[in-house]
Amino acid sequence: MNTLTPDIVYKLLASVTDPEVPALTVLDLGIVRNVEVSEKGNAPSVKITITPTYSGCPAMDVISMNMRMALLSHGIKQINIESQLTPAWTTDWMSEEGKQKLKAYGIAPPYRKAADTLGLFEEDAITCPRCGSQETELVSQFGATSCKALYKCLSCHEPFEHFKCH
Amino acid sequence: MEGNPNNEIPNTKMKNALLNYTLSLADNASVMSHRLGEWCGHGPVLEQDIALTNISLDDIGQARSLYQYAAEQLNNMPTTEKTNLFSDMMLNAKIAAGENLDEDDLAYLRDAWDYRSLLLVEQPNKDWAYTIARSFYYDAFMQLFYKGLQNSKDDRLKGIAEKSLKEVTYHLRWSSEWIIRLGDGTDESHQKIQTAINDLWMYTGEMFKMTDTDKAMAVAGIGVDLAGLHKDWLNNIKNIFTQATLQLPTDIWMQDGGKEGHHSEHLGYILADMQFLQRTYPGLDW
Ligand SMILES: [Zn+2]
Repeated sequence: MNTLTPDIVYKLLASVTDPEVPALTVLDLGIVRNVEVSEKGNAPSVKITITPTYSGCPAMDVISMNMRMALLSHGIKQINIESQLTPAWTTDWMSEEGKQKLKAYGIAPPYRKAADTLGLFEEDAITCPRCGSQETELVSQFGATSCKALYKCLSCHEPFEHFKCH
Repeated sequence: MEGNPNNEIPNTKMKNALLNYTLSLADNASVMSHRLGEWCGHGPVLEQDIALTNISLDDIGQARSLYQYAAEQLNNMPTTEKTNLFSDMMLNAKIAAGENLDEDDLAYLRDAWDYRSLLLVEQPNKDWAYTIARSFYYDAFMQLFYKGLQNSKDDRLKGIAEKSLKEVTYHLRWSSEWIIRLGDGTDESHQKIQTAINDLWMYTGEMFKMTDTDKAMAVAGIGVDLAGLHKDWLNNIKNIFTQATLQLPTDIWMQDGGKEGHHSEHLGYILADMQFLQRTYPGLDW
């Protein structure tokens, strides 16, 4: 077996997707903060640090399990996945590629820098991922998962989801 | 604490204060989450059902982070320091046996008088107006609270605050919109939301009341000066009430006690529901 490097681990993690938004890998989401590889008892040991998206996101447990499975299936047995809260995850960490994948999947990606927070009632102008129209309307701040809001396109009349800036 | 020849006593006090503080925040999030979760499948329209359960889920997430932290604090305490902290027999048996506790033990195995949550969050859902009014008072408070807690000298609480603030900002937006929509809606909706904000007003004072734990944590730079949040909170809710054409409730006597374990009967029913499974089948897992 070749020497295990963080690069190889990252390549393995690129196959792990978000069960709630299968278009995105954990790397696209930007939740993998760090990968450390060491040697324990003549076998490689991997420590992965992840940052949860939302506090109560039930996908995080499944994601951790799938990461473990991806590594196990490549013979890596010593796996330690740690969760780190600070700095808090932000949609700014989502990769450009991830945002394009989201759009192709039919979900309007976050586009604003999450750091410039909106006022209480200000709204983002969200582009329809289907027809590109900017004539859209917020239906609900909360969607099928914590990370998404529901929108409606006033041009093509299709409902769609928007990955909230967070 | 430097220069104190007898470091032990204040240390134990501080440890207990931090534990109480963490538990009280966790309990608020957990009880609130339970109340909102009771709406699951009963929301007036699908989008609002989803909104309520989303908010409930955020609250569960916050509660989990906080209970996990509280459990770690407990696990780092010597057994002698934690034998009399709780009244529940099952929990005390675990502690006496030297078992490590986890988030579930703290949520499921503490009795009502060990809960440190605000009286506000245990108030029943009653109707849509009461549910909205309760959320609005709480969200408006938590937004300011988490902003303050972001400056905590305790890294864990600081991290939880940073994450939770993002979530509660969405919650506040949702409850504020509903206050305006109901207040500035029909005669009936106006009447109902005015009644709800009036009836729940007596539980808002407790949010700003500094218990000994709150004081110790604020002085140590770990907690937030709650009394100092009151002015901003009042201004923020006044602003929304004005847009909603609602009257700010008149000052009345404020009921408190939840933060010190004196709860209404409502919490008992919530815990009976929430804890039934773990008390009947200890350690049961999915
Ligand atoms: Zn469209």
